[in-house]
Amino acid sequence: MKLLVCIKQVPDMESKFKVGAEGLWYDRHDLAWLMNEYDEYGVEQAVQLKEQTGADLTVLSIGPEQVKETIKKALAMGCDRGVHIVDDQAHLKDPFEIASMIAEFAGDKGFDLIFTGMQSQDRGSAQVGVMVAELLTIAAVTTVVDFAFVDGQVTVKRELEGGVKAKVASKLPVLITCQLGLNAPRYPTLPNIMKAKKKEMLSLPATDLRKAAALQETMKIEFPAKRSGGLFLEGEVASIADRLIRILKEKTTVLA
Amino acid sequence: MKMLLVAEYRQGELLESYTELLAFAGIMGAESAMFLTAGTAGELPKFSGRLYLAEVAEFGEYNPDVHKQLLLEVVEKEHPEMIVFSHSSYGWDLAPRLAVSLKAGQISEVVALQDGALVAPVCNGKLRRTMKSRGRITVVTLQAGAFGLADAAVGVPTVIPVTGNAKGNIDLQGYEMAEHGGVDLSKAEIIVSAGRGVGKPENIALVAGLAKALGGEYGASRPVVDSLWVEHNRQVGTTGLTVSPKLYVACGISGAVQHLAGMKKSEFVVAINTDKDAPIGDMADVFAVADLKQLLPLLIEKLQAL
Ligand SMILES: Cc1cc2nc3c(=O)[nH]c(=O)nc-3n(C[C@H](O)[C@H](O)[C@H](O)COP(=O)(O)OP(=O)(O)OC[C@H]3O[C@@H](n4cnc5c(N)ncnc54)[C@H](O)[C@@H]3O)c2cc1C
Ligand SMILES: Nc1ncnc2c1ncn2[C@@H]1O[C@H](COP(=O)(O)O)[C@@H](O)[C@H]1O
Repeated sequence: MKLLVCIKQVPDMESKFKVGAEGLWYDRHDLAWLMNEYDEYGVEQAVQLKEQTGADLTVLSIGPEQVKETIKKALAMGCDRGVHIVDDQAHLKDPFEIASMIAEFAGDKGFDLIFTGMQSQDRGSAQVGVMVAELLTIAAVTTVVDFAFVDGQVTVKRELEGGVKAKVASKLPVLITCQLGLNAPRYPTLPNIMKAKKKEMLSLPATDLRKAAALQETMKIEFPAKRSGGLFLEGEVASIADRLIRILKEKTTVLA
Repeated sequence: MKMLLVAEYRQGELLESYTELLAFAGIMGAESAMFLTAGTAGELPKFSGRLYLAEVAEFGEYNPDVHKQLLLEVVEKEHPEMIVFSHSSYGWDLAPRLAVSLKAGQISEVVALQDGALVAPVCNGKLRRTMKSRGRITVVTLQAGAFGLADAAVGVPTVIPVTGNAKGNIDLQGYEMAEHGGVDLSKAEIIVSAGRGVGKPENIALVAGLAKALGGEYGASRPVVDSLWVEHNRQVGTTGLTVSPKLYVACGISGAVQHLAGMKKSEFVVAINTDKDAPIGDMADVFAVADLKQLLPLLIEKLQAL
């Protein structure tokens, strides 16, 4: 069995963001970079399935040189080989272009199961996974919070709104988009980080896979207008505590 | 502009979110038709226009490959310039399939319009982008709650049955309901919620302690529940509970839309967060820029001394 997991490198969402020079995306300088949270669940599930079945597991990421660090983390978590599609302009590509590159790579490899995140934390389009499946004409199930592979079939739970879950079964090949809480992603151990350094890392230039053009364009990126009215309390913690209690007494009835 | 709105039906019921699609179409000044897979004998959306109705007994509530094929037939007849979904478990699953089939650009989680272009959040709402599709057709998903009708929806649609022999590749085996045991946060008047900013499970005690000192209950954001630090029946948000207390204190919660959706009806909101730019600031009446590990013990002590 052959497995693929797609991961994206994203900035820490607690970063102080700035608008980039072109005005089309955030400034990529001076940010701390991490594996997209949703993709961590994808990697963990793929590694668990590898442990269960002995499958071969490839991890893929599209982006500039620095995304290798995130691929290495996935290798240390247990993926067998990394594929880095080198693209310094990946952040300006739309979901269809990214999906087309992944599909172009995966097209002749016969993956039985593909894992992606439900969405990327920065762009949050929730499109790439489903689009890859469509381009490969395989089944896709989104927003998965529970996964089992038994008797050659995948049985999952999709999370719906309000705490309801839908049980869905699918035959292979299938693409799964992973939702938060699907599993408990492991931390790479030091020995595994060392082992990962020796694992295969394939680099492919994006131009080799780029066949599709963008379907959408960004006019601009900006900070949303702040809703005014909120009061900011800053300074010494003790003083913040006193001011907060005074406000609760004046503005609410909860301390009455 | 011609629009095709895709309404939702789940567990035997038409979802109210179709009114948000209508509100969006209204703002765009569009002429809209609607698509719905539902029990044809049941309740229908209230609007005046063509309703393409597929029988749920035949095509299933969730069978995206089949629904895509049915929708493609409707697109052939209607030639819409925009196809609009809710950004929901149904919409974000189905929309990209249609976008690929039609080679149409998809703009996800639209929250506003600006000069005819679509605005969507980036980085948890810290930034927003204005976007356009390049092709003739645009596929759109709308953020839940971003658009609403001022008045109740009215009208009776002209029903056009949709048939076909589309086959899908997945099998919906049933639903599993959330367990609501023990506390009922939806009735609580004071809620103090823990977010990932609490850092470790031991600090939940601080949040629960503040809730107790205020005479309320404690809740949590999703990552805290996913980490099993707090039970699911205390999760606030789209995939948890909707609450409307007199006071909501968000401790170490960034304010993702899915969390805000569950607590935005709170009367008074206090945010305690080290990141002054956290989007929870949009919802907060008071924003204490502080480390909760320092502020909470002090608050508890001072409240107990009152
Ligand atoms: C389909 C879907 C459904 C979802 N449903 C829900 C839902 O029902 N409920 C929900 O909550 N989420 C839901 N989510 C997840 C949501 O998108 C966010 O990931 C989540 O709400 C983030 O939780 P958080 O704010 O606790 O964590 P984070 O976003 O990680 O924020 C942590 C915050 O803590 C602050 N902080 C850090 N340290 C400290 C400190 N010492 N003192 C004070 N502040 C500190 C940080 O500045 C940051 O703002 C859903 C997501 C999806 C895709
Ligand atoms: N640059 C990328 N490289 C590899 N995978 C990606 C990339 N961008 C998105 N993905 C995958 O697609 C998922 C959904 O992303 P998005 O459609 O951007 O919300 C992510 O969780 C990843 O699994």
